[in-house]
Amino acid sequence: MAAPINQRFPPPQFTETGHQMPHLTAPPPRAGALDYLDIAVLFACLALATWIVLRRRERREVVLLGLFSLVYFGFWRNGCICAIGSIQNITQALFDPAYAIPLTALVFGVLPLFFALFFGRVFCAAVCPHGAFQDVMLLRPVRLPVWLEHGLRLLAYLYLGLAVVFAATGGSYIICRYDPFVQIFRLTGSLTMILTGVIFLLMSTFIGRPYCRFLCPYGVLLGLAGSVSRWRARITPDKCTLCRRCQDACPFNAINRATPRNVPAEATPQEKHTLLLRSALLPLVVGAGVWFGGLAGTSLARDHRTVALAERVQLEASGAVTDTTDASAAFHAEGTPPEKLFAEAQALIARYVFAGRLCGAWIGLVVALKLITLAWRPRRPEFETDAVRCVACARCFDYCPQEQKRRQALKAKNGVMGQNGVLE
Amino acid sequence: MKRRAFFSGLARVAAVLGLGGLAGRLARRAQAGHTVWQIDPWKCTACGKCATECVLELSAAKCVQFYDICGYCDFCTGYFEPQPNKLNTGAENQLCPTGAIDRKFIEDPYYEYSINEPLCVGCGKCVKGCTLFGNGSFHLQIRHDRCLNCNECSIARACPVEAIHRVPASKPYLFKTLEGKK
Repeated sequence: MAAPINQRFPPPQFTETGHQMPHLTAPPPRAGALDYLDIAVLFACLALATWIVLRRRERREVVLLGLFSLVYFGFWRNGCICAIGSIQNITQALFDPAYAIPLTALVFGVLPLFFALFFGRVFCAAVCPHGAFQDVMLLRPVRLPVWLEHGLRLLAYLYLGLAVVFAATGGSYIICRYDPFVQIFRLTGSLTMILTGVIFLLMSTFIGRPYCRFLCPYGVLLGLAGSVSRWRARITPDKCTLCRRCQDACPFNAINRATPRNVPAEATPQEKHTLLLRSALLPLVVGAGVWFGGLAGTSLARDHRTVALAERVQLEASGAVTDTTDASAAFHAEGTPPEKLFAEAQALIARYVFAGRLCGAWIGLVVALKLITLAWRPRRPEFETDAVRCVACARCFDYCPQEQKRRQALKAKNGVMGQNGVLE
Repeated sequence: MKRRAFFSGLARVAAVLGLGGLAGRLARRAQAGHTVWQIDPWKCTACGKCATECVLELSAAKCVQFYDICGYCDFCTGYFEPQPNKLNTGAENQLCPTGAIDRKFIEDPYYEYSINEPLCVGCGKCVKGCTLFGNGSFHLQIRHDRCLNCNECSIARACPVEAIHRVPASKPYLFKTLEGKK
């Protein structure tokens, strides 16, 4: 379609008036230096969140920092690039050598994970705008039944698997496309996604952080990192009195209760039996995942434009449809032989099937391990935050009687200090 | 419990090393400056998707006029309907649905056409008319005072000819040039 320049109508000389042609304007994009500011703010917020959760132990300060993150990373930066979406940038960078990953995407993807490896999910607590948005909406938490909680949480693993498949094979970013909050941060977008965001926010008023718990693919990674964290939010500053108030306070089912006294310290034969049975089930479940993932891969491939175009061209060639789409018309105009397109599409479908199988294996593994971990609960002497699920929101601290004691002692000490100006 | 702490420490060290290695490897390839989305005018077919697919209510893609290429025609095929009643600025004669093109008489027989950017919705109707029958001086570009630089550009995804891709932010526009297609 592109015609060579200056062919049809030679540009005029303006001999009579000497008219000067205007110039094209080119408004510059957002300054690159602001990217470094974003990275600095991210680091500062993570450090601050760590300090508040682990040292200050103040819920109020967590909320304040969360509100700041919501305004800065959410509404001010329009929610892009965020840590959740950066999974896809990193995946694409790993699989597509031609893709140069933006520095912000790399840092936003990696830095919170480093923090989680040492301090737990402090990113979720007060730095992630998505998390903070849902957290401040929570008014009257409803406790979900355990089976539903565990079941729904598996969705996030599936979502992560699919996001990696799409980013690795076609460079297509489903996390961004179906993000419920980013369109609210931008204050513009498609009606469907804005409505989805509103529904999520309404749900957040009684189900604590529904996106974080049941969908967020980055939360899965943070949970895995958090499971080996060195220091993380600890409910009681002293010895647990087993009052179970903290468990009632947690809206996210993220506190594991202490093992009741009547439960024997060692695993019972019954438990051992279930454990063995479910472990034997592992290869079966993974195998089923691989099989199902391979089947799904073929349909997932349709998301890729080349595969979709090949299908369309094939339909047109077979005479099933008579009109053309924009894409197929452009393809015909280009004059590439359809065989080349079909071969490309075939190769892509094979890639999707392979990726689908891997994703299926991942889901199978997650489900099987879930079954195994549910069969045997580790014995716990006291109530503690779950390393994977706890988002370090700091709610439980306020409810712990030992924490109240600590605060009173601290207040007394500070009070004396305030009156006399010296310690003690 | 001690054994558990030991293994968890081991896993943590492994994760830190792995994550660090990954970040280091990717950082070497990471873009020094950032990148922005732009339309390649030589690939663009002016299909009109830019106007509707952008996440912004008023698309970030707009028509630009590269005056150096423009023929300053009286009967501009980017400005007028295919068979206009008269060659004047009457709304019924114009191709642009929002009247975003200004037509100004310069000297006989030349007229200058400029884009009134706040009105332009990026539908590309004028681009199509100008490219098919004229010199092709009208072309669509993503305007960076409007573009949010989304991680996945929705018009890039919808573009039937893959004309939209990331370009270095230091050279954020792909204007047509007098030399023609590179």
